[in-house]
Amino acid sequence: MTNLVEVRNLRIEATTDAGRLVEIIRGVSLDIADGEIVALIGESGSGKTTVALSLMGYARPGCRITGGEINVNGKNMAALSEKERAKLRGTDIAYVPQSAAAAFNPSSTIMEQVIEVTRIHGLMPPEKARQRAVELFRALSLPDPEGIGARYPHQVSGGQLQRLSAAMALIGDPKLMIFDEPTTALDVTTQIDVLKAFKSVMRAGGIAGVYVSHDLAVVAQIADRIVVLKGGEVQETGTTAAILSAAQHPYTRELLAAFEPKPRQSHADADARTKQLLRIDNVTAGYGAVRDDGLPLIRAVDSVSLVVETGRNLGVIGESGCGKSTLARVIAGIHPAAAGDIVFDGKQLERAARKRSQDQLREMQIVFQYADTALNPAKPVEDIISRPLAFYHRLDRQARSKRVDELLDMVRLPRGLRYRHPSELSGGQKQRVNFARALAAGPKLIICDEITSALDTVVASAVIELLKELQRELGLSYIFISHDLSVVEAICDEIMVMYNGERVEQITPDKLKAPTHPYSKLLFSSVPKLDPTWLDGLVRDPELVSQYGHR
Amino acid sequence: MARAAVSRRSFLGHSYNLVGVVAALVILAWTLVAIFAPYILPHPIGEIVDDDYFGPMRQGLWFGSDYLGRDMLSRVLMGARYTVGISLAAVCIACFSGVVLGMIAAVTGGWLDSCLSRFLDAMNSIPSKLFGLVVVAAVGSSIPALILTLAVIYIPGAYRFARALAVNINTMDFMTVARVRGESIGYLIGSEILPNIIRPVLADFGLRFVFIVLLLSGLSFLGLGLQPPLADWGALVRENIGGLPFAAPAVIVPSLAIASLTISVNLLIDNLPQKIRDRNA
Repeated sequence: MTNLVEVRNLRIEATTDAGRLVEIIRGVSLDIADGEIVALIGESGSGKTTVALSLMGYARPGCRITGGEINVNGKNMAALSEKERAKLRGTDIAYVPQSAAAAFNPSSTIMEQVIEVTRIHGLMPPEKARQRAVELFRALSLPDPEGIGARYPHQVSGGQLQRLSAAMALIGDPKLMIFDEPTTALDVTTQIDVLKAFKSVMRAGGIAGVYVSHDLAVVAQIADRIVVLKGGEVQETGTTAAILSAAQHPYTRELLAAFEPKPRQSHADADARTKQLLRIDNVTAGYGAVRDDGLPLIRAVDSVSLVVETGRNLGVIGESGCGKSTLARVIAGIHPAAAGDIVFDGKQLERAARKRSQDQLREMQIVFQYADTALNPAKPVEDIISRPLAFYHRLDRQARSKRVDELLDMVRLPRGLRYRHPSELSGGQKQRVNFARALAAGPKLIICDEITSALDTVVASAVIELLKELQRELGLSYIFISHDLSVVEAICDEIMVMYNGERVEQITPDKLKAPTHPYSKLLFSSVPKLDPTWLDGLVRDPELVSQYGHR
Repeated sequence: MARAAVSRRSFLGHSYNLVGVVAALVILAWTLVAIFAPYILPHPIGEIVDDDYFGPMRQGLWFGSDYLGRDMLSRVLMGARYTVGISLAAVCIACFSGVVLGMIAAVTGGWLDSCLSRFLDAMNSIPSKLFGLVVVAAVGSSIPALILTLAVIYIPGAYRFARALAVNINTMDFMTVARVRGESIGYLIGSEILPNIIRPVLADFGLRFVFIVLLLSGLSFLGLGLQPPLADWGALVRENIGGLPFAAPAVIVPSLAIASLTISVNLLIDNLPQKIRDRNA
């Protein structure tokens, strides 16, 4: 046995509620050497998390490991009893989950939870464990390493929590760490700190790792080797450099292609007929008690003005908490503004949606980030899409049915999907249905709130392409809200950068107007590049980071 | 997983298990008895047919006789009518009003929600038997009065339950989408919320039905329910309680009837057929 991990011909089956067996992993083999970091990449449903979890001998409820060997450190995890596996988990193998916020117990302190592993396995006395934890906090460059352990999970930021969950995994001194999309939920500026911290601890400790992700650029920074999965089978394996430069498999190429800068559609002709569709003047909105001057205590959006012209797109970017989603809700009237004017199509709009006329509501549609919660799970796709048709256009049953078919064609979904429920669709399909419902209203402006954030790169770029096509056909305008710069750049004519509820600056990619404001520069420089040396070579102005970074 | 241990079969795109089917059959049988009771009675319920009281089971008097020598089988069959009928009517009124009010409160929020919630919480704090006692003392004991009393007692619970569920659904984005579309409150509660909470609401319906059967039996046991010679199962237990030392079937049979109905309803709720999501099978 030369490698730390040797997986041979792994098979995992799941049982559906109809009693049918589905093979979700079909004969996967992979090796991980000591101290090596291997990335598992693939689209949602490719089985990457299932493979990663199987290294701990764990299969999610309803799944079973039915064949193959999983040798970790000389022990076959598939053949061990549950008790023996439990002994290895936390000591030999550790796991860092995707959402640290959901993985911490909100009612006990961080230190208690970090050293829990040493208590369960009886590794060291609590005093020593605390010292070790503080060392780890320091190694992961967490602020206030001595004091942070006494806090509760809700008192630290998302990026810090993610590093704390890595500390929790590292305290048992594991030989293998499993990272399950640990930075997917983080902002780009935060993601860099977390990636840097992970990379330095792993390198210092010579720990082997499995890094599950669908973001190729992130993987390029941290992994030595990449394994590409699709449909429960290994498609391609190779060193990071080899995969990035000379990918063989079509799926891998597709992943890479999603990173290539796309040809931008030109709007040279649009300049001639610039007609203002939406204008917002000094809009302020927020939460909390209203003070004497009529403004709320906490201002999520502070005196923001913007203009959207017919047939052109405005991108709004900024990190989480900068007020960009609140801005979308203010424009749609879901969260009425406290001050400022909204002029849509030449008419002053009421601040609250319920006071606007039906036509005004129809012409401005909003599409939400999570198609899972934006589509009623109890209704078939057909009912979801046809409701705006019945409500706004008063179409009869036959006309509705015909129009639903047309709309499904428009968003490139097979017509047969209309009888399915949202839970029976993939993430990309759900987002298309979500979009079709907005189209059904026949809008002039669609506000897209992070609509690609929950999708993986390949699916996201397909959705963006679709949006562009529909714009050409239907003459729509979009307000595109995202924290992902590459997405916004691909589709928007103007980009507005928001920070802390305020508009920082406006950039026009067409006219090559580069960011000038320091925050925009920081944001733009934080987007991971495919180049594996990017993270190590990245030099950031420490003053900028301390001013704007949420560490 | 315990659920997987019971073997499930499938029918019409739903999977079900044996326990649920048996429970459903018991409930169906009692419902049929309640509907057709007057036509299948061997003896009129008020007629004294036995020379002895608390007579044992024997040919002609299959469930023995009661404390006056009346036929127990007839009285239990007729009792089903009152127990099932009154409880069903009461639970329908209670759940319908409670669930509709709960959904409206969750969707509207604000002062309407506060007023409704506080008022129904106050209702909830009145002990149910005491409330029944006061109402019966005030307006007398008639079937409509009983139904309404039982319904009023159980509205606050149904309201709380539905409101708690609806509040969760109300925060979902599809509710926001529907609101921004300009939908009316009727559509919001009927088409967006109800389909998502219908399963737990039905389970709650069944549970509340059991509570009402037990409360009705309790009220009858205290003599506040139906008045003689009519008798629901609770009243039958009470009037024949003197037969307990003699192990008379007159007291055992109605107790078993209450148990079989309430336990079956509970088992059915726990084993409702489940829709199979995997369409490829």
